[in-house]
Amino acid sequence: MVKLEELAGKCGEWLRGSGPHSDIVVSSRIRLARNVADFPFMRKCTGLDRASIERSLRERLGQIAGWENVSYINVNSLDETDRQFLVERQLISRELADADGSRGVLVDAGEKFAVMMNEEDHLRIQVMHSGLDLQGAWERINLLDDQIEARATYAFHERLGYLTACPTNVGTGMRVSVMLHMPALVLTRHLERVLRSLHRISLAVRGLYGEGSQAMGDFYQISNQITLGKSESELIAQVAEVAEMLIEYERKARTYLVENGLKELHDRVSRAFGVLCTAQTISSEETMSLLSSVRMGVNLGLIRDVEIPTVNKLFIHTQPAHLQKLRGSPLKTADRNIERALYLKDHLRQRPQDEHPENN
Amino acid sequence: MKCDKCEKQATFHITERVGEEAQWEELHLCEHCARDYLSKPSEPESQSSMASALAQHLKLGQTADELARMDRQKCPICGISFYEFRHQGRLGCPHDYVCFEKQLMPLIENIHGETLHTGKRPRRAGHDIDKQTRLIRLRRDMRDAIQAEDYERASELRDEIRSLDAEGSDEGREPLVS
Repeated sequence: MVKLEELAGKCGEWLRGSGPHSDIVVSSRIRLARNVADFPFMRKCTGLDRASIERSLRERLGQIAGWENVSYINVNSLDETDRQFLVERQLISRELADADGSRGVLVDAGEKFAVMMNEEDHLRIQVMHSGLDLQGAWERINLLDDQIEARATYAFHERLGYLTACPTNVGTGMRVSVMLHMPALVLTRHLERVLRSLHRISLAVRGLYGEGSQAMGDFYQISNQITLGKSESELIAQVAEVAEMLIEYERKARTYLVENGLKELHDRVSRAFGVLCTAQTISSEETMSLLSSVRMGVNLGLIRDVEIPTVNKLFIHTQPAHLQKLRGSPLKTADRNIERALYLKDHLRQRPQDEHPENN
Repeated sequence: MKCDKCEKQATFHITERVGEEAQWEELHLCEHCARDYLSKPSEPESQSSMASALAQHLKLGQTADELARMDRQKCPICGISFYEFRHQGRLGCPHDYVCFEKQLMPLIENIHGETLHTGKRPRRAGHDIDKQTRLIRLRRDMRDAIQAEDYERASELRDEIRSLDAEGSDEGREPLVS
């Protein structure tokens, strides 16, 4: 079994900050909900059923060629911090973390994909790519789905498509999400109006951690709500089209800020950077909000010597479970805030010139 | 008495019916929280909003008797009642889409605006749904037999499950065996 401590120091490839529009789009994510045909859905599964599904799927999926670098994480055996750690990394959902009984997740070495077992559906396949790359994500997940389907019989209905525990996912079982960083639209107070218009075209907007989560650090996730009646490529095109529209709005808002209030913007960004570099104790919320300003500052060339992948990484690594894993011991809130400040200092102050410190 | 949601004095006492039979839940709220509570159709979670959309939909054009009859209907495979689904928003097995078709189709149309899948199809599935649901039922019967200590029946059922499993092993794709 994979050591979570080893994961902690690393980053999923989706955080590497590359790909189209990666200054605004953090990641493109697709998930497919699938159930095997010969077991009841989760809520009617006995403990024995859950164990059989987990064991049998693990065995079958373990045989897939090219999955040699895929590790299985038995979520049922993890303590709360470790489960939270996987949620922070976006490898599992809150729901899987909080559930009981046999359940787990298969993760490939680059964290490009994850396959949850015994979540709301027997299988939740997820692919995450850096930047706006829904086509690439679809090609990968379509292949994974074929590989899994060659080894397990899915519950499928001639007219209704892939059958899911909740009728809101029936049909394609697909949710396409794009995570956008839109600090300038928030700052210029245009975001709310833009987001309201999304509901009219039946796209959902969520925060960083999916359903019910608040928008932290100016990150917003847009995704399709409908899963039936449209093909996968139509659903992808719909989300991509809206993502591109939002990118354009965010760019316009950034240009507006630069042209009409560069001094204020520069001041705001520099202050945020200053606090992150010098704070002695800092909460997760404050960190997210300041990192958001810094991220925009780096993208607009107002802060140099900090790379976007570093900022992306800090959003994840400064969260409670990550800090505790990186530190190697459980920490209370007050201690976490101190540890967080230290971690930020270490990673943001390490500028090229610091490597050859002059005597002063 | 304090409000259930904040520290203020509770002035509203609301009794909600929560169960199939006479189960009630009491809420004690201050004026502010009560207004919030009453103005919301239900909790914000997708699950309950789905269930409430469904409840709303069913109330239209159904008499209380028809509703009660629908609620009592059970899936012969997994045993879930329509009432149970309506309140929890999750189905019990693939066969529910068949046996609750009459109730579910309007809901599905309401959610998706369509009732026909036009996307990807599994290359080789869909051909033997009957056999799959039979496996679900046999496993459940076997569990019941073991619980009732009817081991003779349980072993008959086990053999039946095995022979069904064996049928499926053509093309190297056997169903999941526990």
